[in-house]
Amino acid sequence: MSRIPDERPLNPKPEVVDGLRRLLPRESVLTTEAELAPYECDGLSAFQQRPLVVALPETVEQVQAVMRLCHEMEVPVVARGAGTGLSGGALPLADGVLLSLAKFNRILGIDPANRSATVQPGVRNLAISEAAAGHGLYYAPDPSSQIACSIGGNVAENSGGVHCLKYGLTVHNILKLKLISVEGELFEVGADALDSPGLDLLALMTGSEGMLAVIVEVTVKLLPKPERAQALLAAFDSVEQAGAAVAEIIGAGIIPAGLEMMDRPAIRAAEDFVHAGYPTDVEAILICELDGFNAEVSFDVMRVRDLLLASGAADVRTAADDAERLRFWKGRKAAFPAVGRISPDYYCMDGTIPRRQLGPVLRQISALSEQYGLAVANVFHAGDGNLHPLILYDANNPGELEQAEALGGAILELCVEVGGTVTGEHGVGVEKLNQMCVQFNSAELNQMHAVKAAFDPKRLLNPGKAVPTLHRCAEFGAMHVHHGELKFPELPRF
Amino acid sequence: MTETAETDAEQAIVEQVTTAWSAERLVAIQGGGTKAFYGNRVAAETVLDCSVHQGVVAYEPTELAITVRAGTPLAAVEALLAEHGQQFPFEPPHFGAAATIGGMVAAGLSGPRRPYAASVRDAVLGVRVLNGKGEVLEFGGRVMKNVAGYDLSRLMAGSLGVLGVLLEVSLKVMPVPPGRITLVQEQDQAGALELMQRWAGQALPISGTAWLEGRLHVRLAGSDEALTQTQRIIGGAPMAVAEADAFWLALREQELDCFAVDSLTGDGFAGDGFAGDGLAGERSLWRLSVRSATAAKAIPAPDLIEWGGALRWLRSERSAAEVREMARTAGGHATLFRAGSGRSAPRDGVFTPLNPVAARLHQHLKRAFDPAGIFNPGRLYPGMGRTAG
Repeated sequence: MSRIPDERPLNPKPEVVDGLRRLLPRESVLTTEAELAPYECDGLSAFQQRPLVVALPETVEQVQAVMRLCHEMEVPVVARGAGTGLSGGALPLADGVLLSLAKFNRILGIDPANRSATVQPGVRNLAISEAAAGHGLYYAPDPSSQIACSIGGNVAENSGGVHCLKYGLTVHNILKLKLISVEGELFEVGADALDSPGLDLLALMTGSEGMLAVIVEVTVKLLPKPERAQALLAAFDSVEQAGAAVAEIIGAGIIPAGLEMMDRPAIRAAEDFVHAGYPTDVEAILICELDGFNAEVSFDVMRVRDLLLASGAADVRTAADDAERLRFWKGRKAAFPAVGRISPDYYCMDGTIPRRQLGPVLRQISALSEQYGLAVANVFHAGDGNLHPLILYDANNPGELEQAEALGGAILELCVEVGGTVTGEHGVGVEKLNQMCVQFNSAELNQMHAVKAAFDPKRLLNPGKAVPTLHRCAEFGAMHVHHGELKFPELPRF
Repeated sequence: MTETAETDAEQAIVEQVTTAWSAERLVAIQGGGTKAFYGNRVAAETVLDCSVHQGVVAYEPTELAITVRAGTPLAAVEALLAEHGQQFPFEPPHFGAAATIGGMVAAGLSGPRRPYAASVRDAVLGVRVLNGKGEVLEFGGRVMKNVAGYDLSRLMAGSLGVLGVLLEVSLKVMPVPPGRITLVQEQDQAGALELMQRWAGQALPISGTAWLEGRLHVRLAGSDEALTQTQRIIGGAPMAVAEADAFWLALREQELDCFAVDSLTGDGFAGDGFAGDGLAGERSLWRLSVRSATAAKAIPAPDLIEWGGALRWLRSERSAAEVREMARTAGGHATLFRAGSGRSAPRDGVFTPLNPVAARLHQHLKRAFDPAGIFNPGRLYPGMGRTAG
């Protein structure tokens, strides 16, 4: 079965390698099987494809030259940061150039007076906060992969994290981008100021999955660290109760810095892995972090504690010290690898739902899990409705990967049905192309293709990702018509 | 995916646009008309009135989101939010009682709370929009996090109607903090800038800053504990609550004297009676959005500084080129917000011109949404859209 999502006919032009060798040092052009292997997938290893060639430029001028060459030769280009993405957004093309920005790893400047940092796209998310710490500042978005993921990739995916409800997504925390157009021109969007003239291209570029231009520099906002952060851990006998508690807290006018939920399988996996001190005989836990002034936090902790107990929490614990607070978080942030320990493979979904739908959606996921014969562990950015069901499977069992994908697809379609979306923060990539057909109609998809064409009329930048062709949707739609609601999960869906 | 049923009002708007598209008739999109002064003059052949398309489609306070038809009066929506102890975090200016939600998003203007909370654009979660071919499209959604496809909903914020007609908007809302206090102190410009700078480096519950006429006003919003502690850090004399509320409202609505320009000549920037009635001669009102730490001397004699230093208002007789250069040097841009009497807008428009690549992309995006170039031609930049005749 082919796992290549793109419907373009292959058009290999090996002579592009000679062109790249003329532009870049010898060691920056990779072509052997061994050299290409590390680039054959990103964090979504179910999709693998070796590129024709990997280019590793280290200056903006080199990126421009590579883009000019590829544009002239009409060779597709896939940009890649740290390769931690979970939707196959950086999956290479067999006839394409994989443009790695790994060498763009310098922090160009921290501006404490304006509370901003200008960095190259390959800089790791956490490295920005580490560099700014001396000024009492930090970069707010904190995807769980923050020790490894790069800021360029964060911008391309509009990454979130566990503090989005209060502090926003990547799009809310960047000021300016330097980009290279598909034609190889350098241009800027955004400003060092809080807004810029014209259309909001900064918002458009954020989350555009490398389809519109190549990011070569990012200016991010830095925030002052709050005086104190405190976390509560609440245990519930049902996920519905935990969901109701979230609505109570927000209804009371409290915006926690973080508000996370885990269900029983996720709790157990995390506890076994990092010993965070979670109770393991409960159906759900909520982690609620409050930050601000010391006195303010103390007051809010009491209020949230009362609200949690009133919502039926079986137990509420307040972190005794910062070490315990960080332990609460450690379990949550390690949830994915923890699930990776209890199952040979897992498949992470990323739907967002209106929070009030949590109970019904989790019940339905549980029913789907039984129907497909695969276990599901749920971690949930409860504050902002972003649900990560982790589907447990074993790729060595024939058909199980396809089964997992079909279950995942059904879960995402459920999210759309209840008024949500197929991806909250991981991006569409190659993974959710079919579900895009469920969420958007053909006029809407056509509008997105027109936007793509406005930047890249020859479809050379990351073609085949993020926005499905109408042809693909027609085929996928035919599956709907002929087979009802994806009742034939054994059918290959890609 | 189309989630909402078409209303009669929406149907009428769609029909008008479909007709305009086939006849290639230039359309000026209008909500309440309160922000018609903002941007460049539109040479349209017909006005598309969206103000009848009203109603709240969905509002669930604990979801922190509201979905509203674009013609709904902004004041009515804010009143509804207030009933539930919530507000728009970006504190939008109305510039008149007729202001609509659609106009608020299309203009993309945020008020005093902007640097401490969010901009209009930040709060946009999704839109239902009509493109230049008369197609009703939905982008984004009603949930906080959504990265499905290009972010074409936030792109609408501040687009001044050049890409499409907003039909419905979903926006993030936030709780109104329990308490507020405004502190005032005498400061010269440099002193005020330095203080705002210092405070911005700490996590303080500031929700507005304004320096004018030698006085620095700082508004705090938060819990009693936070206000008490912050008051000690900020210093200054507390204003009576009613007086303070009136001050921030007048600031947001630009009714303070520092905004007044004599613009009675009907040159496209004519005042709507809310810009004060001062006779400021030939000076124009410029909005300079710059790095917050920009030194006082880099932008001489501002009439007002907001947003912790990031927004500076200047009534000046200087040329557009001079003002833009000051803003550019300070990492930002300048907008001719209201032209003084007898002064016409620069030929390249009231907004700072774009770099050549961005300008080309603007033209391409315009064509992608509005192939016949019928919506608000020239409103954002002269030459964006077809010209009449």
